[in-house]
Amino acid sequence: MSGDDNPLFQLFWTFALISLFAIGGANAAIPELHRIAVDVRHWMTDKQFADAFAIAQLSPGPNVLIVTLIGYSVAGVAGAAVATIAMCGPTAALAYFVSRWLSNARAARWPAVLQASLVPLSIGLMAASALILVQASDRTWPAFVLTVMAAIVASMTRLNPLWLLAAGGCLGFAGLL
Amino acid sequence: MPSEVAPVACSAADIVKDPPSLRTLFFAFAKMSLSGFGGVLVFARRAIVEEHRWMTAEEFNETFALCHFLPGPNIVNLSLVFGSRLRGIVGGLAAFTGLLGPPMLLVTGLAAIYAHFGQVDALRRALAGVSCAAVGLLASAVFRMMSPLLKKRDVLGLLVMLAVFAAIGLARLPLPMVLLLAVPLSIAVTYAKLWWAR
Repeated sequence: MSGDDNPLFQLFWTFALISLFAIGGANAAIPELHRIAVDVRHWMTDKQFADAFAIAQLSPGPNVLIVTLIGYSVAGVAGAAVATIAMCGPTAALAYFVSRWLSNARAARWPAVLQASLVPLSIGLMAASALILVQASDRTWPAFVLTVMAAIVASMTRLNPLWLLAAGGCLGFAGLL
Repeated sequence: MPSEVAPVACSAADIVKDPPSLRTLFFAFAKMSLSGFGGVLVFARRAIVEEHRWMTAEEFNETFALCHFLPGPNIVNLSLVFGSRLRGIVGGLAAFTGLLGPPMLLVTGLAAIYAHFGQVDALRRALAGVSCAAVGLLASAVFRMMSPLLKKRDVLGLLVMLAVFAAIGLARLPLPMVLLLAVPLSIAVTYAKLWWAR
């Protein structure tokens, strides 16, 4: 167990690399997380990935914690910690240095331009995330209808999202999906 | 500025002058993180701008914009950047650990429970239902982010969005490859638009 074969090293490099391309936050990185964890490395099944997303949404804290669940499924508690730190540490350090550098050269206009150009990209990435998760979790018509209903209710009302998640859990538990 | 960040009635004069202690930073970020079901941003803004008055709404928006265009989980980036503005790098680490540590322990516990009971049929069914609803929530977040582009009739922005969606969601191309092409393209398009508007 050393070098490339060590699962902790593999977890670390995989997530550190993905985080650098996660423009628009953790939900924008989901397609890449899915591609690596399910299709490339076979760390988990489609269903386990969808479950990990559900557990991360059910838990308080930043959405990025889906990587904690992926890390745990690969290498237990150590894997959970390594995956989380790899996904969060390097980019937070980058943000720290950029913010210090920007506060020295204040008038810079390019953050606004960059922001305007990256917003459409991150929406596209999040839409792709939604598609991939629909394919992983909506295996029946009632399940798909539930997803559509949840999307409509969440868009039209200010209902606490936990109620929608709880409703989904109850319907699933009752065997209606 | 992201449109979801609404201005809050809080002027520069109200801002607290003394920097908070490391303990205060840690617990404040732990609290906003643990209250943040389905996203921490709302709670972070409430705690930082309204409750503790560590920043004006404008400073918060600026800091968030910076953390939003940089890669990685935005709110985690924000904790380190923001904490270090108040108390140097140690303060940044206190905020970072507070935001990430407690929920990470909790989720690790849930992962252990899932590893043991994930095959139990009732739990499988319930989680499947939760994930259907969770995907719906994600879709609604996409609609909400998209609506400013639709309102502004930002055709180029919408085209970039669709292209990225097709490349990643339909063609399942690797993310680094797509972004290395899409980021320069999108920046060029945005510059062209600004040039046109002058």
